[in-house]
Amino acid sequence: MKLKSDSLKRFLIDSAVPILFIVISVIAIPLSKFTGLYLVREIVTRLTRDTFLVLSLLLPVMAGMGINFGMVLGAMAGQIGLIFVTDWGIRDVLGLVIAMIISTPIAILLGYFSGGVLNRAKGREMITSMMLGLFISGIYQFFLLYLCGSIIPIKNPKLLLSRGYGIRNAINLDTAGAFDKLLRVKIGGVPVSFGTILIIVAICIFTSWFRKTKLGQDMRAVGQDMGVADSAGIKVEKTRIQSIIISTVLACYGQIIYLQNIGTINTYNGADQAALFAAAALLVGGATVSRATIANAIVGTGLFHLMFIVMPMAGKNLTGSAMLGEYFRMFVSYGVVTIALVLHAWKRQKDKEMDRAQFRVDVKTSK
Amino acid sequence: MSEGNILLKVENVGKQFEGNRVLKDVNFTLKKGEILGLVGENGAGKSTLMKILFGMNVIQETGGYEGNIYLDGEKINFKSPLEALNSGIGMVHQEFSLIPGFTAAENILLNVEKTKPNVISKIFGKRLETIDEKEMKKSAQIAIETLGVDIDPDTLISEMPVGHKQFIEIAREIDREKVKLLVLDEPTAVLTESEAEILLKAMRKLADSGVSIIFISHRLNEIISICDKLVVLRDGVVIVERPTKGVEIRQIAEWMVGRSVEGEKSVHIKNEEDFDDKDIILEVKNLWVDMPGETVRDVNFKVRRGEIFGIGGLAGQGKLGIPNGIMGLFPSGGEVTFNDKNLALNNTYNALKSGLAFVSEDRRGVGLLLDEPIDMNIAFNAMQVHDKFIKKLLGGLIKWCDNKAIKECAEKYIKELDIKCTSEKQKARQLSGGNQQKVCLAKAFALEPTLLFVSEPTRGIDVGAKKLVLDALRRYNEENNTTIIMVSSELEELRSICDRIAIVSEGKVAGILSAKASVTDFGLLMSGIDKLEEEGESNEQN
Ligand SMILES: Nc1ncnc2c1ncn2[C@@H]1O[C@H](COP(=O)(O)OP(=O)(O)OP(=O)(O)O)[C@@H](O)[C@H]1O
Ligand SMILES: [Mg+2]
Repeated sequence: MKLKSDSLKRFLIDSAVPILFIVISVIAIPLSKFTGLYLVREIVTRLTRDTFLVLSLLLPVMAGMGINFGMVLGAMAGQIGLIFVTDWGIRDVLGLVIAMIISTPIAILLGYFSGGVLNRAKGREMITSMMLGLFISGIYQFFLLYLCGSIIPIKNPKLLLSRGYGIRNAINLDTAGAFDKLLRVKIGGVPVSFGTILIIVAICIFTSWFRKTKLGQDMRAVGQDMGVADSAGIKVEKTRIQSIIISTVLACYGQIIYLQNIGTINTYNGADQAALFAAAALLVGGATVSRATIANAIVGTGLFHLMFIVMPMAGKNLTGSAMLGEYFRMFVSYGVVTIALVLHAWKRQKDKEMDRAQFRVDVKTSK
Repeated sequence: MSEGNILLKVENVGKQFEGNRVLKDVNFTLKKGEILGLVGENGAGKSTLMKILFGMNVIQETGGYEGNIYLDGEKINFKSPLEALNSGIGMVHQEFSLIPGFTAAENILLNVEKTKPNVISKIFGKRLETIDEKEMKKSAQIAIETLGVDIDPDTLISEMPVGHKQFIEIAREIDREKVKLLVLDEPTAVLTESEAEILLKAMRKLADSGVSIIFISHRLNEIISICDKLVVLRDGVVIVERPTKGVEIRQIAEWMVGRSVEGEKSVHIKNEEDFDDKDIILEVKNLWVDMPGETVRDVNFKVRRGEIFGIGGLAGQGKLGIPNGIMGLFPSGGEVTFNDKNLALNNTYNALKSGLAFVSEDRRGVGLLLDEPIDMNIAFNAMQVHDKFIKKLLGGLIKWCDNKAIKECAEKYIKELDIKCTSEKQKARQLSGGNQQKVCLAKAFALEPTLLFVSEPTRGIDVGAKKLVLDALRRYNEENNTTIIMVSSELEELRSICDRIAIVSEGKVAGILSAKASVTDFGLLMSGIDKLEEEGESNEQN
């Protein structure tokens, strides 16, 4: 009896954030006056579109590096890949696959660099990776704005700015929807893209398999206690870099999947928000910066987007002002990340206080 | 003595930390399959010597060492613990190095996991092999069984009592295949006597299979009963190197401290008349605590203001669970009344705020701020919880630390507890294990609690300093009229300082006796023989 109520309590505490969001949604859905079918269709589309990106955040959390805001680096690599295949006129699935192949080495390189930087900023990974994203985005813009079309040949004039070099602000993809069109089935009026879903399932299987490998185990060890892992002979820095590389590469594929669904690239500010939204979705799913599961990612993506869809409409219907709903939507997504980070910092602080109160810190963070 | 039989030879080894010499001209040898007992006072240099042997980074960072060390006839100078591991040296440190969120099996096999190859690992290398959980469990089980204990390999470290953690650490070291030399730095300090016995047996078995062991302990009877050979360090110098055969405990103690150690008990026990049975400071009713390995089922007792109340009993019967539960470290229930007010359980901060303090038995997890100086460590809690050592200006608008008061306070305790250090500004990390334990006590004293729980206060403290610590507790009790509840597995220790002693058996109080009661009475209570009658009696008392 006692045990049962205890584990129920723990479950409730662990899922406090998702529950809060479910409650908000339940209140907001009727207010938004959307039909059930519409909502289901929207959620399914967005789940297939975004889940991969969110999943790419899991490994660094496991390796104790928090949320990898440096995943925007991967997103940028993915965009570069897509721009090139668009220029070369390669279409459909083949185009996407080639885009992935081109962008993989770029993502690996960026991940390696990012991991190296984060190794010098132990304990401050999240803010550092955020800064790093901003820094690299400068280089990314320089590359696309000045080098492409001048030093790097781009033959398709539709891609270039009217001045003759530099990539345009918005690009239509020839590869749009290529994955989504694979095995698309309509279930009760809702189109479901099993092609993309299969890719997502594959990555879920990969992630849970990876946790059980030696490298995955090493990452968990490093994430829990670098000192102990080090003295057991685990190469701490290398392991951390590897987790960031994998995350960056996955983010790169995630961005490609995301963009083929949208159909256009917003060249200069598409990637920036990828990390923020993915992080918010993961946190809404009940993950913390020190523990995140596949379920957190999927549930979070669904809930976050539900919120995203119903909130503006509910806000509009309630206040008569579309602006307010939009404002609220932004507020929620930034708010979630901020609150989650503050909560985490607060918990860390509490842990430390307990430590200082000279007791062992047996606060059960994991499991 | 054939040269070929010698595994380890230490020759003229010396070490200084920033001009502070802690080891000088240390020489000794160790044969294969032999157990060497290394003893010495707190701060004599035992751990430092072992750190040199194991290639710990601190040694390199502080300028290396002098002299030579030979393993199997080859000169060694490890740059990192990893090299030492690869040469077959295993070490269990005075501080835990386990991963709390991992299971026992995962910790035992940390970085030597059993894996299975798969398609992907064949292309990308060994690190992508899958972990073979079944094999891991089996292998961990075997290592645990070698030690003669019964611990489920699937238990999380964070949910284990400290004694079990110790066994897991040792299991990890012996699980390595080519271990030739095992260094155990005070492995028994956190174990109860019966657990320690199990460990000693396991050590003998290992030694018989050819592994050499260096064993550090402050429990001299263990040294005598298990070691083939004895090395005594005093202030960094080897005083004696000889076989243990025919040596007596008292003799070792004298070698350690360099003067004769009197066994007299000076601490006096108060008279019953000094207490007012009506003035109850803490009443515990139907307390249960879910502490793994130390479950408390239904405990009732009352503590009178100003007394030293002992809690004793055999290992695993629940005596450790009582303070841990009341202080909110493990889930608990029941009714606790402190100073006539109901004390909310499962809330550590609240317990501290209400004037309770606790020196945990888990002294390796006690959370000293290792990179802060001694004085800050002592004053920190008092500053945080009770605003002590803080000067206020403009009605509390501006606050700052009263450095002078902090310094004075630290100096006082350094003197009283004889903390061996260069000054009150030395970092806690640089203190020897025993001296860190003393800082923990000082820290609790500085909180000036109304009621102080101390659990196993003399663990890791050398023979000479034990009495000092107990005296300090008694003095503190008398000077401040602080009620003290002391949990200890050493009955003699309890009897020398407590006014009354409760014996816990099977998660219940088997009986409460005056410290003047005879050893046999206590023995009966512990063995549970008299339980039925005693239980009736203790119920009347409540
Ligand atoms: N990193 C360090 N820097 C400076 N001094 C140190 C450092 N480590 C240890 N010392 C000093 O070396 C001396 C010996 O310490 P050591 O830990 O070897 O003692 P020990 O014999 O193991 O004692 P105990 O029984 O208390 O564990 C102590 O006085 C300690 O303060
Ligand atoms: Mg020591």
